[in-house]
Amino acid sequence: MTQDRVHVHVRDRKQYGVCAFLAIVAVLVIVDASRIHHVASSNDPIGPKPVPIVLGALLLVVAALYALDVTRGGEGEAEAGEDIDLTHPIDWRTVLLLIAAFAVNAALIDPLGWVISGSLLFWGSAFALGSRHHVRNLLIAVALSLVTFYTFAIGLGVNLPAGVLQGIL
Amino acid sequence: MDNLTNLMNGFGDVLTPMNLLLALIGVTIGTAVGVLPGIGPAMTVALLLPVTYGMDPTQAFIMFAGIFYGGMYGGSTTSILLNTPGESSSVVTAIEGNKMAKAGRAAQALATAAIGSFVAGTIGTLLLALLAPQVVKFAISLGAPDYLAIMVLAFVGASAVLGSSRVRGFAALLLGLVIGLVGLDRVTGQQRLTLGIPQLADGIDVVVVAVGIFAVGEALWVAAHLRRKSAEVIPVGQPWMGRSDWKRSWKPWLRGTAFGFPFGALPAGGAEIPTFLSYATEKKLSKHPEEFGNGAIEGVAGPEAANNASAAGTLVPMLALGLPTNATSAVMLAAFTSYGIQPGPLLFQRESKLVWALIASLFIGNTLLLLLNLPLAPAWAKLLQIPRPYLYAGILFFASMGAYAVNGQPLDLLLLLVLGLLGFGMRRFGLPVLPLIIGVILGPIAERQARIALQLSNGDLSGLVGGPVSYEIYLIILVLIGWPLLRRYVVRRPQDRHLSPTG
Repeated sequence: MTQDRVHVHVRDRKQYGVCAFLAIVAVLVIVDASRIHHVASSNDPIGPKPVPIVLGALLLVVAALYALDVTRGGEGEAEAGEDIDLTHPIDWRTVLLLIAAFAVNAALIDPLGWVISGSLLFWGSAFALGSRHHVRNLLIAVALSLVTFYTFAIGLGVNLPAGVLQGIL
Repeated sequence: MDNLTNLMNGFGDVLTPMNLLLALIGVTIGTAVGVLPGIGPAMTVALLLPVTYGMDPTQAFIMFAGIFYGGMYGGSTTSILLNTPGESSSVVTAIEGNKMAKAGRAAQALATAAIGSFVAGTIGTLLLALLAPQVVKFAISLGAPDYLAIMVLAFVGASAVLGSSRVRGFAALLLGLVIGLVGLDRVTGQQRLTLGIPQLADGIDVVVVAVGIFAVGEALWVAAHLRRKSAEVIPVGQPWMGRSDWKRSWKPWLRGTAFGFPFGALPAGGAEIPTFLSYATEKKLSKHPEEFGNGAIEGVAGPEAANNASAAGTLVPMLALGLPTNATSAVMLAAFTSYGIQPGPLLFQRESKLVWALIASLFIGNTLLLLLNLPLAPAWAKLLQIPRPYLYAGILFFASMGAYAVNGQPLDLLLLLVLGLLGFGMRRFGLPVLPLIIGVILGPIAERQARIALQLSNGDLSGLVGGPVSYEIYLIILVLIGWPLLRRYVVRRPQDRHLSPTG
């Protein structure tokens, strides 16, 4: 990390965003802690306040050190992996579509039930990831949702809502 | 031997047809999920948590033991047949293993990995059975300040030793500690960081954090950089080894085990260092050093054994002290707590039957794994060809199901998404995820110990230090933190002799 770079290197300035994020979290933690009434008793001399304040202070220190590291050319290595091709920039369209599929599931799981919301989640994610076999994807999505619902909710008693299909499934 | 009697009783509890079936299912789905590209052992355990929700703890543990070893072995299959390893601990396996596979010796590479994992897992579990009760005996004599020191050591170890950048490690740790703060303070009932959302008063479930950071974060990150053409999978037949392969493998297995277990059992050990050490040792001792880099079987046998022995070693602090030292044991600990079981010294006293049943199931899972993997390897290899959209859609699907099932509230799904985005950002900027998970799990416990210590000293800050071992531990922590400075004076050795992780 501390080696001198010989060649001129385009620094990853977005890393300053991480420092800012850490600093914001620090401020949030400290503000939240300062709002807590001081509660101390003989069996708890320090109360709930000091730990968050210490953590907030440490976060500020780390945010500053992080920024210092970045100015000195420090760079975090993006995670590599089996299916990851880091030569391309982040494909935001895919990520946003996945987030949308995810949010749809969160919004619909209680009213419509897992079988419908889960199917939408799988189908939407497969679409976001570039699969265009719409009918096949839908069949797989419905099959997966039904199988998981019957195995987990009915077979193992796991908490999954039936939603509007209550009584039909 | 008290321990052996306990262990035998454990076997007695586990060896019923139903439990064996559960172990078999655990091993099978653990391997199947672990083989899938991009899914490491920690994510395997996290994703398969819901499978055990409806079971009683003993059955769930039996299944976990299978999933644990299955996920470990699945990961090494992936790295041998695909080359690009998903976990830092199987980086070394990939170096020689993939070269062997390309040279048409995939069957031997998989066989030495499977048998080596079995040998290392069996020895490691035996050491666990012998060692954990000793650690417990020692741990019972410790007071709150000692526990606090041990947890600080785990924090510093995970943040400063295991990653490549300390400041990024500490940033991740602090974020984890902050997540751990959310909810009602356990002593006074004051709300902290709940942002006025009533559901947050119970805190953020560790399972949701683990699934969000590992599974959702990983899926989003891969999706953002998805390779349009999947990597080539090397076809494989039935694993087998010839006489010379056996001759060249058995010593590396044992040496790898000897490297792996102690590192796994240390609070800041991990699996990376022992696998690299094992690789370097085998290269030095080999009669065929010229084969290294072109597919030497010793280079698969040793590191793979080291990896598995280290995994068994991590269970010592996990069970005996409640201290997770790698991602997989952190997720296992989260799973245990979701059953209302708090690992630590008291676990061995209160739930001794359960602990020994778990250790016995580790032996059984490990054996089943060997029996299952030798014949099924060609089938596992087919799983590598699953279309990537289905793979990552499936990860998101099961992650959502698991996170929802914890409390049955949609808010957890939003939290899961937020944590997934956090995990995405951490992968983008090279922040390690392990310190965060350890912070979430141990943060609240460390705070409790600190407050107990201060209660005993009537609020005097000197009460934070004391007890039989805390001074020694703080000394170790100082050395760990000061190591980059110390190194300049103490060791004069080129640092770049390490293998490059890209293999």
